[in-house]
Amino acid sequence: MSPKTSNQIAISMLYVIASTIVVILAALLGYIIISGLPAISWHFLTSPARAFTSGGGVGIQLFNSFYLLILTMLISFPIALGAGIYLNEYAKQNWVTALVRSAIEILSSLPSVVVGLFGFLIFVVQFGFGFSILSGAFALTFFNLPLLTRSIEEALAAVPDAQREGGLALGLSKWETVLHIIVPAALPAILTGVILSAGRIFGEAAALIFTAGQSAPALNFTDWNPFNMASPLNPMRPAETLAVHIWKINSEGIMPDAKAISSGASAVLVISVLGFNLLARFVGHRLFKRLTAG
Amino acid sequence: MNNKLQKQLLKRSKAAKLERLGKTVSFLALMLITVTVFAIIIFVASKGLSTFFSNHVNVIDFLTGKDWNPNVTNSKGQPEVGVLPMISGSFVVTVLSAILATPFAIGTAIFMTEISPHRGAKILQPVIELLVGIPSVVYGFIGLTVVVPAVRSIFGGSGFGILAGTFVLFVMILPTVTSMSVDALRSVPRYYREAALALGATQWQTIYKVVLRAATPGMLTAIVFGMARAFGEALAVQMVIGNAALLPHSLVSPASTLTSVLTTGIGNTVMGSLQNNALWSLALVLLVMSLIFNLVIRLIGRKGAMSK
Amino acid sequence: MLINPSSPHSDDGWLERHIVDPSLKSQQPIVLETKQLRVFYGDNEAIHEGDLKFPEHQISALIGPSGSGKSTYLRSLNRMNDGVARVTGEILYRGVDVNRPEIDVYEMRRRIGMVFQRPNPFSKSIYDNITFALKRRGITDKKVLDETVETSLRQAAIWDEVKDKLNKSALALSGGQQQRLCIARAIAVKPDILLLDEPASALDPVSTGKLEETLLKLKKDYTIIIVTHNMQQAARISDFTAFFNMGRALEFDETSQIFTSPKVQLTNNYVAGDFG
Ligand SMILES: Nc1ncnc2c1ncn2[C@@H]1O[C@H](COP(=O)(O)OP(=O)(O)O)[C@@H](O)[C@H]1O
Ligand SMILES: [Mg+2]
Repeated sequence: MSPKTSNQIAISMLYVIASTIVVILAALLGYIIISGLPAISWHFLTSPARAFTSGGGVGIQLFNSFYLLILTMLISFPIALGAGIYLNEYAKQNWVTALVRSAIEILSSLPSVVVGLFGFLIFVVQFGFGFSILSGAFALTFFNLPLLTRSIEEALAAVPDAQREGGLALGLSKWETVLHIIVPAALPAILTGVILSAGRIFGEAAALIFTAGQSAPALNFTDWNPFNMASPLNPMRPAETLAVHIWKINSEGIMPDAKAISSGASAVLVISVLGFNLLARFVGHRLFKRLTAG
Repeated sequence: MNNKLQKQLLKRSKAAKLERLGKTVSFLALMLITVTVFAIIIFVASKGLSTFFSNHVNVIDFLTGKDWNPNVTNSKGQPEVGVLPMISGSFVVTVLSAILATPFAIGTAIFMTEISPHRGAKILQPVIELLVGIPSVVYGFIGLTVVVPAVRSIFGGSGFGILAGTFVLFVMILPTVTSMSVDALRSVPRYYREAALALGATQWQTIYKVVLRAATPGMLTAIVFGMARAFGEALAVQMVIGNAALLPHSLVSPASTLTSVLTTGIGNTVMGSLQNNALWSLALVLLVMSLIFNLVIRLIGRKGAMSK
Repeated sequence: MLINPSSPHSDDGWLERHIVDPSLKSQQPIVLETKQLRVFYGDNEAIHEGDLKFPEHQISALIGPSGSGKSTYLRSLNRMNDGVARVTGEILYRGVDVNRPEIDVYEMRRRIGMVFQRPNPFSKSIYDNITFALKRRGITDKKVLDETVETSLRQAAIWDEVKDKLNKSALALSGGQQQRLCIARAIAVKPDILLLDEPASALDPVSTGKLEETLLKLKKDYTIIIVTHNMQQAARISDFTAFFNMGRALEFDETSQIFTSPKVQLTNNYVAGDFG
């Protein structure tokens, strides 16, 4: 075969492969949306699940997913910001830094079920938090920290050193400069990272089944006192999320409409993640424009 | 000497105090993460090892035993906690899905960087990003409703098993491996290509003989990374593999992985019991494997850096 | 580009090195002085002879071929090189050695400010660029801040151009305006000395002219030390000029002397445009 023919064949093959990937995504999305959309209604999104009969919704699970997401971010963002700042602004190139970086890398590649088991051991059992939003939020924090730290570090690294010198030359400390000049300048990239990791948290289930639990007790949406057991804000109540719900009903669900509910829930989950994705692009773009334009 | 000035310059300013404070606080945040990682390793190891130290299960029997039945004691008076079925299940789905994903991932990456960078950036990049973002339970659910029935109708049986697991994992790791391969290909300097093309090589010869060769360490890293993900993936696999703790004897019979046994089992055992400890030993195996994958990635990186 | 200092010296009266004490030539007291200053990047010695004295309310220019150590020298003066380079010797600021670890560098840098080669305004509004450091120092009185913004921008000769868009992003300004904004930002904290490292090198001729005017006006309030690769610029605006070559200050004298009758042959070659 002449080099020219094999060139032709190879390039055609590459076209086929690349198209396959696009087809796979299209099929996945199509399937999820087409099979899920019919199940989605206002009732579905707002009413509680039913264990044995059909007609249940995912209202509580949806709320739990968002509440858990917010709580996780509240805990993990300050830590990741601090760690990202230290790594990018202060860390010297020595063995301690190398060790810390390895540790973060290890954490990011740990199976999430292992992270969940650790959270179970420490928060659910040792600290006595039980299956609760709080235990789940801590487990998700571990799951979230490495990637968020890395994206913050990268965002800071992309800000030119000239900005740092500008602050230092005014007699400001490096810390003030970083906090008030570098972080704001890196904000679009940081926010993009935060939103993308929010999508990951939103869809995570393995780290939650033994921490936030697999049940969604009824909530009283008129009671916003976080100390009451039925309050949606109570962080000590067990909280099955949307992702966990999908897994749960497919593993042991006995309601007759399990498949329709999973389809609907999957569609909600995927649409949310798509939303996070689009939001990340939009925010990054908009904020960048606002910061640089006149 | 200017004494007043000297005094002013020697006094610790607010900025100096803030600097001290900020540096300490951010260091503590970093340390918190680091300490957590060590805590995870230590806790999982101590729980996982108690099977051998408190329950006196023989490590070799554990790793090579073919029967997983923690509630039953065998003829030697030892509980039946052989994890070979799960370990082999995990390895088989991991290796098979990686073998399946590699040509697709690398092919797509080549397409995106070498053949059609414009379409690569405009269409494939977002496609890959979206695929990365789909939660694993959704992959599991689709596996359950599409892949399993398809396997059932083609090969008979229940449809649950290694093949369904492999297929789900293949789609799951595909985007990760692809985007990392893209990075590897992009890091190959332009003049490599230009030099080869100038010598009269066809585009494919250039890609095959020059670009791919230069990007090999990066792409190996991508594949190992994908394998690490596949090995550690829990729910999606658990939903389609059938969860029978048997040595896999065919691709379409129910089997299990370390993660699937863990997720189904840990809620049904009592903390501190042998049954529970044995599950922690599975977690420890997972952890060790994850460390090994990490190490391999590092070794590839080091080798790649050396050969450059 | 560099000249070799060991090239054969002629006997026609050239000096090896010629550093004058400005207090002998002008009435102004010395505000900044370096003694036995040496700067190392790792094992690399970038400055090994740089004993100079700078008189108050004068503009001193540092000239010399690129790589001769001008920036290194300048950045050592307010310790911007901390953590980058090792600096030994004394830096006497009004008699106080500020090159000691116990010195509070932040307080020192407030008094010895710096403007860089590339304009580096913060991605904030013009107003916030000026007031940022003041606010960090606890000055929150709106009236004081407004006043400082106006005086600093006026002193930096950019007030008229920006007074109607103080709340617009500083990044929307032109390069020349950005650089003058950076000068305004530096003088807003009321420094004593202003260090400038090739502040005009990224600017067009018109902006450069404006910048030079600005510096000449600032001279009555600030002591200015400016690195420039532009000899006409040094000749136009400075009172004293130092010539650097290969990590050494070879000649330091009144600018008119340097440009009309230098005492060191390398200076002569350089100002005559033979290299650089
Ligand atoms: N950050 C740095 N690290 C290492 N070497 C440097 C650094 N900055 C400058 N140098 C070296 O110090 C010498 C003087 O550089 P510089 O002070 O920038 O000269 P100039 O400003 O006169 O052009 C040069 O040889 C340069 O390579
Ligand atoms: Mg320079």
